[in-house]
Amino acid sequence: MTRTHCPYCALQCAMHVESDGAGGHTTRPAPFPTSRGGLCRKGWSAGALLAAPDRLTTPLMRPAKDAPLRPVGWDTALDHVAGRLAALRAERGPDAVAVFGGGGLTNEKSYLLGKFARVALATSQIDYNGRFCMSSAAAAGLRAFGIDRGLPFPVTDLAESDAVLLAGANVAETMPPLMGHLSAPRLIVVDPRRSATAERALAVGGLHLAPRPGTDLALALGILHAVRAEGGLAHGYIEERTTGFDAAWRHCAGWWPERAELTTGVPAADIRAAARILAGAGRAHILTGRGSEQHANGTDTVSAWINLALALGLPGRPGSGYGCLTGQGNGQGGREHGQKADQLPGYRRIDDPAARRHVASVWGIDPGSLPGPGRSASELIDALGTADGPGALLLFGSNPVVSAPGAGRVSPRLAALDLLVVADFVLSETAELADVVLPVTQWAEEDGTMTNLEGRILRRRRAVAPPEGVRSDLEVLHGLAVRLGRSGAEFPADPGTVLAELRAASAGGAADYSGATPERLAAEEALHWPCPDGAGTPRLFLDGFTHPDGRARFTAVDHRDTAEAPDADYPLVATTGRVLAHYQSGAQTRRVPELAAAEPEAFVEVHPDTAAHSGLVDGQWARVVSRRGATEARVRATPGARSDTVFLPFHFAAGQRANLITDTALDPVSRMPEFKACAVRLEPRERAGSGERP
Amino acid sequence: MNPRPTPFVPDPSGAAASGTARSGHEASGHEPSGPRHAVVVGHGMVGARFAEEVARRDPGGLRLRLTVVGAEPEGPYNRILLPDVLAGRLGAGDLALPALPEGAADVRHGTAATAIDPARRSVVLDTGERLGYDELVLATGAAAVLPPLPGVAHGDGTPAPGVSALRDLGDCRRLMALVRPGAPVVVLGGGVLGLEAARALAGRGARVHLVESAPWIMRRGLDQQAAGILAGHYEALGVTVHAWRTAARWLPGTGLELDDGQVLAGDALVVTAGVRANSGLASAAGLAVDGGVLVDDLLGTSDPRIHAIGDCARHSGGGGGLVASGWEQAAVLADLVTGAAPGARYRGARPVTRLKAEGIELTSLGEPDADASAETVTLADPPGGRYAKLSVRDGRVAGAILLGFPDSAAVIARLYTAASPVPADRLALLLGGAVGGAGTGDAGTSAGAVSEAAADPLVCLCNGVTRSTIEDAWLDGARTRDAVAAATRATTGCGGCVRDVGTLLGSLAEKAPVGD
Repeated sequence: MTRTHCPYCALQCAMHVESDGAGGHTTRPAPFPTSRGGLCRKGWSAGALLAAPDRLTTPLMRPAKDAPLRPVGWDTALDHVAGRLAALRAERGPDAVAVFGGGGLTNEKSYLLGKFARVALATSQIDYNGRFCMSSAAAAGLRAFGIDRGLPFPVTDLAESDAVLLAGANVAETMPPLMGHLSAPRLIVVDPRRSATAERALAVGGLHLAPRPGTDLALALGILHAVRAEGGLAHGYIEERTTGFDAAWRHCAGWWPERAELTTGVPAADIRAAARILAGAGRAHILTGRGSEQHANGTDTVSAWINLALALGLPGRPGSGYGCLTGQGNGQGGREHGQKADQLPGYRRIDDPAARRHVASVWGIDPGSLPGPGRSASELIDALGTADGPGALLLFGSNPVVSAPGAGRVSPRLAALDLLVVADFVLSETAELADVVLPVTQWAEEDGTMTNLEGRILRRRRAVAPPEGVRSDLEVLHGLAVRLGRSGAEFPADPGTVLAELRAASAGGAADYSGATPERLAAEEALHWPCPDGAGTPRLFLDGFTHPDGRARFTAVDHRDTAEAPDADYPLVATTGRVLAHYQSGAQTRRVPELAAAEPEAFVEVHPDTAAHSGLVDGQWARVVSRRGATEARVRATPGARSDTVFLPFHFAAGQRANLITDTALDPVSRMPEFKACAVRLEPRERAGSGERP
Repeated sequence: MNPRPTPFVPDPSGAAASGTARSGHEASGHEPSGPRHAVVVGHGMVGARFAEEVARRDPGGLRLRLTVVGAEPEGPYNRILLPDVLAGRLGAGDLALPALPEGAADVRHGTAATAIDPARRSVVLDTGERLGYDELVLATGAAAVLPPLPGVAHGDGTPAPGVSALRDLGDCRRLMALVRPGAPVVVLGGGVLGLEAARALAGRGARVHLVESAPWIMRRGLDQQAAGILAGHYEALGVTVHAWRTAARWLPGTGLELDDGQVLAGDALVVTAGVRANSGLASAAGLAVDGGVLVDDLLGTSDPRIHAIGDCARHSGGGGGLVASGWEQAAVLADLVTGAAPGARYRGARPVTRLKAEGIELTSLGEPDADASAETVTLADPPGGRYAKLSVRDGRVAGAILLGFPDSAAVIARLYTAASPVPADRLALLLGGAVGGAGTGDAGTSAGAVSEAAADPLVCLCNGVTRSTIEDAWLDGARTRDAVAAATRATTGCGGCVRDVGTLLGSLAEKAPVGD
């Protein structure tokens, strides 16, 4: 029996992995404060991942561009990849090679991947799928507080709160054990859908505010307006601990609740009720999720929620706060150690000379040789295989063919590459398109650290030996680096050695891991970063914010409409999200029989009248068509749905990819795509082709 | 996206000289060498919004240089919230509108435009200065109308002692000085502003009489029955409503005398009896004016270089008097004059009236009394103080009155503004409850799915555990919650079903055969 953490979301529930005596493995919950001894269905069935029938155990390569993938030896594969990378770099410069990472990779992998890109490849072209996940909240958190840690307080604080507002987070499905912390507080759930979380709030006397997708910002401004009109401003806190309230308020002033109602569809009375609940709570929290963040105005939207939290005096007050609910398993740690186009380990900016000097000294290189910031994820994908863009891509822990916005454009870009290398443990939809596929270890087969949604560093422990032929991502990077002429010691394959180096590289940075020693991790100390040599920091901001003046900053933001408005041809708004049985692109969960049986196919949740207007009834297959493409989904007629909005989960592949229709418009600050709102129409699948106007 | 530098075809004659004083270039038939110069007359909610919208589209001022002229000495503020100030919910300082970015415009407060000279494309200011323009934007707003009643106004049109409109901050300050708790106040005009003012004054502790000359209050937005129920709410708040009553004269220090000789005591008279577009500059300059400066879908007046937006403008599609329409016009005109969206048009309004009165939820939109060509559902609950009426024509909302139905009001207002199809079950729509559409009950779920779910409902959502699975586990010996959790995983996810599982175990134990 081995104690480790779940392979999926950022709650990182603790679990025991044990043999079932028949060659397989089972999981069961283990005590842990954040998961409170809970596991959802995904965690309970995670053992099946270790027995995935199509598990990759040998590298695959395409002898020619159009030839099928064929098993090859590791040396053949790595020699080929290194040779091609070196040739491409010699021919077109270091930025001709790009790297794409993932928020599920351990801290050690994230760190070494970033170092590999900057040192072994010397490319600036690295980003990761967290750009599609946390970037808006990260950008807004940085500008408000000077630092970005998803929850700047332990999850367990929530249970002591009097009121919790969840903006665009359906935790009852995406993070079920978190609900265990939310049974006492009054809940205010902001979601266009009557989600499982919204149902729970309503059942216990909470509020469900259902804004039209893309209008959360107006709603947040409206609530802040009402807070002031109801006399709920934390005047002393605003005066002593913040700057910029007056300028931010001037935008709120224009969003009196009745006007916010007309834009959002949320009754003014509910806006005032939310304001009263929050203002009247002794302790309160405001939490955002992807629903509010994944918009072309996502950063400003999060800023509006943070403004509300600041106006109420929540951040940095014991027992209260603002936080963002990180999604991916290591979505927090994955953004701190150099996978991001603009960052170096320790959550340092790559354009900060002092940061460059520090990291270069740890890496034993000249700071001048470090590349600068590169393209963001969506822009990187758009550039692949173009004249100015990268000709080769190394992809670790991500499946953009399913998960990237406007997914229909991704395959052609990947096909235009000279070389696509994918490291994964199964043949994901993206791996299927690769020139070289490298079989790597998965969660229970490896050691390392993960950082959960509250910034706590956790041990991931190896419970089972990987199948023969499989290597860890660290071994892959080591093998490639050596072939590219770096020393093996620069790219250790042992996670403990990498952690030691990561600790040194992060020392003194915002996300300081230097005190996260193996001994303290093994002892399960509560190591929330910053974690220098002393203890961790469970609660940030108690004494001050991270800006030089110690104050938090209001940001003056105003609502703007979604990038694409519904019109006569595309009269509905589509929004995307997750269901309980699946995780992200589904590459893992679709391979777990129990989960695949629970949610076998894509569906479109739609009001029965709206379905009827499109000639559809419950259970029928529909095509959901946007300007970028069409996807197929079975109609799930839902009387509680908004009649102007449809919802699709994004976990499914091929013709059922929700991201075939999503908008590629980007947030100007975070470069987050507009996943959560695009204009569509519905039509019966049987008529497919006749009405197509992509 | 991809804006064109010059949205309008410049005057082909090239005859008219551009500004003489400040406009830096000649506007001729040729491509201008620098930014064009736009002068905005009026720095209220709409004029300020226009400047803001231009600054957003043209941040560096590369395409348009702005000069804004405002007669009021202070910066622009949110007039809509004056009743909130009167009620004491907001302070006067809380009403300031967003500041423009540094350098976005040359703003002159306390300066009035006295004349427009379209032939020379210039505006004359009360300082004697002339401002040349390439584009002139009139955002002069509207002024409160004081009815021609004896005692209400001085000879020069200014309010007599004790009398005030509620149009600007000055009015608001004057009223707050006049109204003491317990003092009597008369509100003349039972439209939306009058009702909001009466509510705010009642909230300050005043004893309020409200006088409306039409047969009922909010005559344009309500039918008679709804107005009666609304009046009941006001009576309960201590506001006496006098509808279909004509005022005769204002007696300072005494009150308002009605035409039947009755005198309503009042320390103050709040006049909310309508507004008149400030279109004097435009008509003096020869522009077409008819109850407002006439504008087309491009917000152009009869002079192609002059535009009008907000309360001073009149568009055939309506929307006058509503700030939402004025703001939409500001955005459309900014799209046009900066070239950000040359296809932008203002097509008129689908106004929704939303009363801002604490404790009263009233929405009125479209036709309050639609004719027989519409299908109308009405729910009247006078004792409960509620009224709902929905008229549907061609499957779209034609009109609605919703008093005391906040949830369905929000939904119906969205359906109306977006001209979206109305759900089939109109009564369910009125009763609300579901979001975004109709839908109470299980109309859309197939009967099979319902009965299947009812037969074996999910108990633990997180782990997909149904009641029968738990019953089977019980039969196999799982008698405690922990044992059920170990056998089925139920309760180990979010924990929300702990109580349900406990209840189920209890009922299984009761039903168990004796001796088990």
